[in-house]
Amino acid sequence: MIPAAFDYLAPTSVEEALAALAEGGEDTKVLGGGQSLLPILRMRLNAPERVVDLRRIDELRGIREEGDHLVIGAMTRYSDIVTSPVVRLHAALLAQAVEEVADPQIRHRGTIGGALVHADPAGDVGAPVLALEADLVIRGPGGEHTVPSNEFFVDLFETAVGEGELLTAVRIPKHTGWVSHYEKFVRVKHQWSIVAVAVALQVEAGTIAAARVGLTNMGSTPLRARAVETALQGRPASDVGDACERAAEGTNPPSDLNGDADYRRHLARVLTRRAVTTALGD
Amino acid sequence: MTRVHVTVDGVQYSDDIEPRMLLVHYLREVVGKVGTVIGCDTSNCGACTVHLDGASVKSCNVLAVQADGHEVTTIEGIAVDGELHPMQQAFHEHHALQCGYCTPGMIMQALDLVRENPTPSEEEIRLGLEGNLCRCTGYQNIVKAVAACASTMETSTTARPERSAAR
Repeated sequence: MIPAAFDYLAPTSVEEALAALAEGGEDTKVLGGGQSLLPILRMRLNAPERVVDLRRIDELRGIREEGDHLVIGAMTRYSDIVTSPVVRLHAALLAQAVEEVADPQIRHRGTIGGALVHADPAGDVGAPVLALEADLVIRGPGGEHTVPSNEFFVDLFETAVGEGELLTAVRIPKHTGWVSHYEKFVRVKHQWSIVAVAVALQVEAGTIAAARVGLTNMGSTPLRARAVETALQGRPASDVGDACERAAEGTNPPSDLNGDADYRRHLARVLTRRAVTTALGD
Repeated sequence: MTRVHVTVDGVQYSDDIEPRMLLVHYLREVVGKVGTVIGCDTSNCGACTVHLDGASVKSCNVLAVQADGHEVTTIEGIAVDGELHPMQQAFHEHHALQCGYCTPGMIMQALDLVRENPTPSEEEIRLGLEGNLCRCTGYQNIVKAVAACASTMETSTTARPERSAAR
């Protein structure tokens, strides 16, 4: 399978890239690592006239600390996130989820920004980004603005990144000392999540002081399981009760060949319990 | 057409190609590296795995223009002077192939896996090969071959480095 022909540009700065997007108009696609875009182009689900490849823009790559935040460039590859000591230290949940993305070959190429803007609800990056309450930095012709993660995912394959704009970075508040786990359910190891659950907990003196739960593939966007968060907050870490039973509240999961909506609701409850239990080290 | 400069198995190539050309097609049809095969063509099976700057990628899921200025190693580039790479030798000795179609990708991914983890457990080998499918389902001997090779490469301490452009 061969993509339809397109014009190819590989700018070396964000400004050049924005100019290329503005000039190209709506039939332009941005190429990050290409691990989601290339299958789409090959299957001709999309046939853009112009592809703007961000691979030469060094400022979009890398992980750095900025006060009480980690800043991860949009073109940072999955494999660099998984092996980053500062991510393990301050945002372990992200590394745990990214480790579950596809397979090693795809993790060598795929980028965090590409996955977020592609916004496939079965992708593994959205839920931890929601649970870690990250901010997404977007640049466009009008300058730079920051969108909180709970406003970033708009709908299926749709985000707050508008036409002519680029996601440039993910800013994650440091969650140093939090315990976390990403529990993914699939039939074949390297495939998209049927359902997955991202959990981060702050435990103080044996009590769950704060709880964040993100759900993968339980609706048209990644979701927060706020009912579980509320139920977990203040509970003793040794007895979370039936908090995880509320994991499917407010969700609208898809039905497909991998499972119907009821089955996914069941999975959400089971996987949330497993994720919480594993995070707490039981 | 776009001009690309790519080093493949130690040799520098410069070609005018269409931007839509996949790396696997470039390797097979332009450079002639037909040892790298196309399996599923959907980025699932891993048969087309090569190394791009030393890290494994599925070459059906990379554009050739994305490799511009970079270095590719294929299954054809790992034997030296007609002598099989230890991983190839291990696959041979442990009968780690049946039809052989997945083998080029399996070996390239196995090399990536032992590069990142020189002493993998059986489970780590299986995880490291999660993106490579063998439709003969001959996984047992593949895992054995990788384990055997990892232990010999570890003891010889000369896990052969990724070949550079020197040749």
